[in-house]
Amino acid sequence: MSKCSVGLLALSSLFLSGAAIAQEKIKVGVTATLEGTYTVLGEDGMRGHQTALNVLGKKIGDKELEFIVASTDATPDSAVRAVRKLIEQDKVQILLSPLSGDEGIAVKNFAKTHPELTFINAASGAQETTYVDPAPNFFRYNMDGAQWQVGLGKYAYDEKKYRKIATVGEDYSFIYTQVFGLVLEFCGAGGQVTNRQWVPLGTKDFASVIAALPDDVDAIYLGLGGADAVNFLNQYQQAGGKAHLMGGSIMIDQTILSSKGNAKNALIGTIAASGQADTWEDPGWQKFVKAYQDAFPPNKRFPSPSLLATNYYDSTMALILALREVNGDLSDNQSKFKAALAKIEIDAPNGKIKLDSNRQAIGTNFVTEVVDDGKGALFSKVVKVIPNVNQTLGYDPAVFSKIGLPSRTVPECKKY
Amino acid sequence: MSRFVERHPAWALIVIIAIAVALWLIFAVWPPGLEEAVGRKRVFLNAVFNGITLGGLYFLVASGFTLIFGLMRNVNLAHGSLYLFGGYVGYAISTATGSWVLSFIVAFILTALVGVLLQVIVFRRMEGQDLRQTMVTIGLSIVFADLMLWACGGDFYQVQTPNWLIGPVELPLITAIKSSGEPVYLRYPMVRLVIFAASVIIGVAMWLALNRTRIGMIIRAGVDDRDILAATGVRIQLVFVLVFAFGAGLAGIAGVVGGTFQSLSPGEDIRFLLASLVVVIVGGMGSIPGAALGALIIGLAEQLGSVYIPTYAIVVTFLIMVLVLAIRPQGLLARR
Repeated sequence: MSKCSVGLLALSSLFLSGAAIAQEKIKVGVTATLEGTYTVLGEDGMRGHQTALNVLGKKIGDKELEFIVASTDATPDSAVRAVRKLIEQDKVQILLSPLSGDEGIAVKNFAKTHPELTFINAASGAQETTYVDPAPNFFRYNMDGAQWQVGLGKYAYDEKKYRKIATVGEDYSFIYTQVFGLVLEFCGAGGQVTNRQWVPLGTKDFASVIAALPDDVDAIYLGLGGADAVNFLNQYQQAGGKAHLMGGSIMIDQTILSSKGNAKNALIGTIAASGQADTWEDPGWQKFVKAYQDAFPPNKRFPSPSLLATNYYDSTMALILALREVNGDLSDNQSKFKAALAKIEIDAPNGKIKLDSNRQAIGTNFVTEVVDDGKGALFSKVVKVIPNVNQTLGYDPAVFSKIGLPSRTVPECKKY
Repeated sequence: MSRFVERHPAWALIVIIAIAVALWLIFAVWPPGLEEAVGRKRVFLNAVFNGITLGGLYFLVASGFTLIFGLMRNVNLAHGSLYLFGGYVGYAISTATGSWVLSFIVAFILTALVGVLLQVIVFRRMEGQDLRQTMVTIGLSIVFADLMLWACGGDFYQVQTPNWLIGPVELPLITAIKSSGEPVYLRYPMVRLVIFAASVIIGVAMWLALNRTRIGMIIRAGVDDRDILAATGVRIQLVFVLVFAFGAGLAGIAGVVGGTFQSLSPGEDIRFLLASLVVVIVGGMGSIPGAALGALIIGLAEQLGSVYIPTYAIVVTFLIMVLVLAIRPQGLLARR
């Protein structure tokens, strides 16, 4: 009985408080992979999102932002389902979605059926999303997988003297895009990619994949993420693997580098490239890392934000800054807001970001190497910073379009 | 065995030839032509061994499932949750005490206790109502999954392999001959061999217990006819609780095994429930040897598939299930 009356009291006070601050709200739907193989990535993405809200606040003039979160599992249908639910049931006006590559392509296509709303990509990085038939109301403030590999191929060839490599990657659009970027540059420099293995997203047993890795290569490139990457490393250790490794952007990332167990130690010395580097000394980056660390207790976060946290931070930042620029004006099918988004240039923690005509980010890329901080924690150390990386990777657009879209076999290993 | 040969001479011949070919593929040094056609022998051997060891893990999960079904006709769809629960318990114990072996014991006991609770609180109340039990266990598996997500988060955990099991061992199987004439032996992860050996021991022990002991006799009699067994004065409810506890405990052990050579995360419960369903459908519901055969087939199909036809690897498993359902719907080794 007493429980019930307390509940009623709470409920009524909720209504009262609702009436007291009756101000207009702007509803934003957020999706993240909070289930499945990429759970850890989604969770850290949400931490980045929360950090942005802590830093920037939720107020837009006299309006307030309200966020509604939906979970996906990295499959395109789960993303569309979540986005549709947010639009139809929760009546959100702006979407911050999605996290993963295939999801991005699906949500971009879905965005065309709702031209009146605005979609801001949260973290997905497949090239096709903004390169092929882009949606006019879909904005992406992170670089794609190929942009995130810029610098790695040359560094591997020139500095590490790798000549022949093989790749292992998850079988979907984001990793195709990453391998695309790597192969273009590495083969362009004169290297050879002898073998590309693709494993389904969510593979648990990598033993046979590990056995099939070729012996006669200088290094093996790993394009894996989340639980897949941890499983791979664990089994690689058990099989006694000793090859030189190279890593993709979600492989050499705090989501993996701070996983439990000692299998991750195989990654020490691994070279990689990504849209961020954990130990970058830039004051903006350091400030962001501090804000992230202060926002959560140490056991509820990574030692340093992952790429996903950074992407969610950046996209939330773009959303809030552009909304403030138009003072929360979403009239006329949000046209003013969209125009502001298209031309805004954000001073993100991982370097300045602006959009091209396809509403795709042009930003800064980092070549990194994994180091042990002496206390058992692993970090990615900056080797090289490359500013102004665009989607055609510095190629002439006409030449770039001839290469073809990233897939299991594209691009061929040659100089374009 | 001899009766099978007498009744189906053609099938027996095919089986014998298949076994002979498999043995030759494993033990002989491959001629260069074959290596060119299907790839290196090392890859093939690894895939076969991985298939067998993965089958060992599937067997651990599925044997509990099939035992419970065989005796009580309960389709326990919360079996995957027991697997994951056991894994998390194993992880907690092994990080707290540093002992891998202890984590198995504790995981077995705790999941067995959960099994006892399930049997006493849930299944006993709705004995004989298959559909209701199935629905309730689906509901329970969802509740358990959310509780575990709440307690352990979405992170993936790995049970630390003890140091003496890390790294490969050399097996006396020749994978290739170097140009100098020196043979190259197969190197294989130690931990997987140990786990496989353990699952074989558990399987054999279960078979012996079922076929050579008094309690085994009671269980077998219960599988055949519960009511008559109860009428002879056996305390059937006690037998049910014991079997349920044992089956659940096996799932818990499997969880620790799975956490050691794969990883634990939300979603694994469903994956292993699905795997054990496929395994028992292929092998025959309620049959322990069937679970062993089914686990072996599914493990091999997954691993060989992932090497030789990576794109369709997932399909192969279900194709086998469809084939079995079409040709022998009761399962390969079912008695009825």
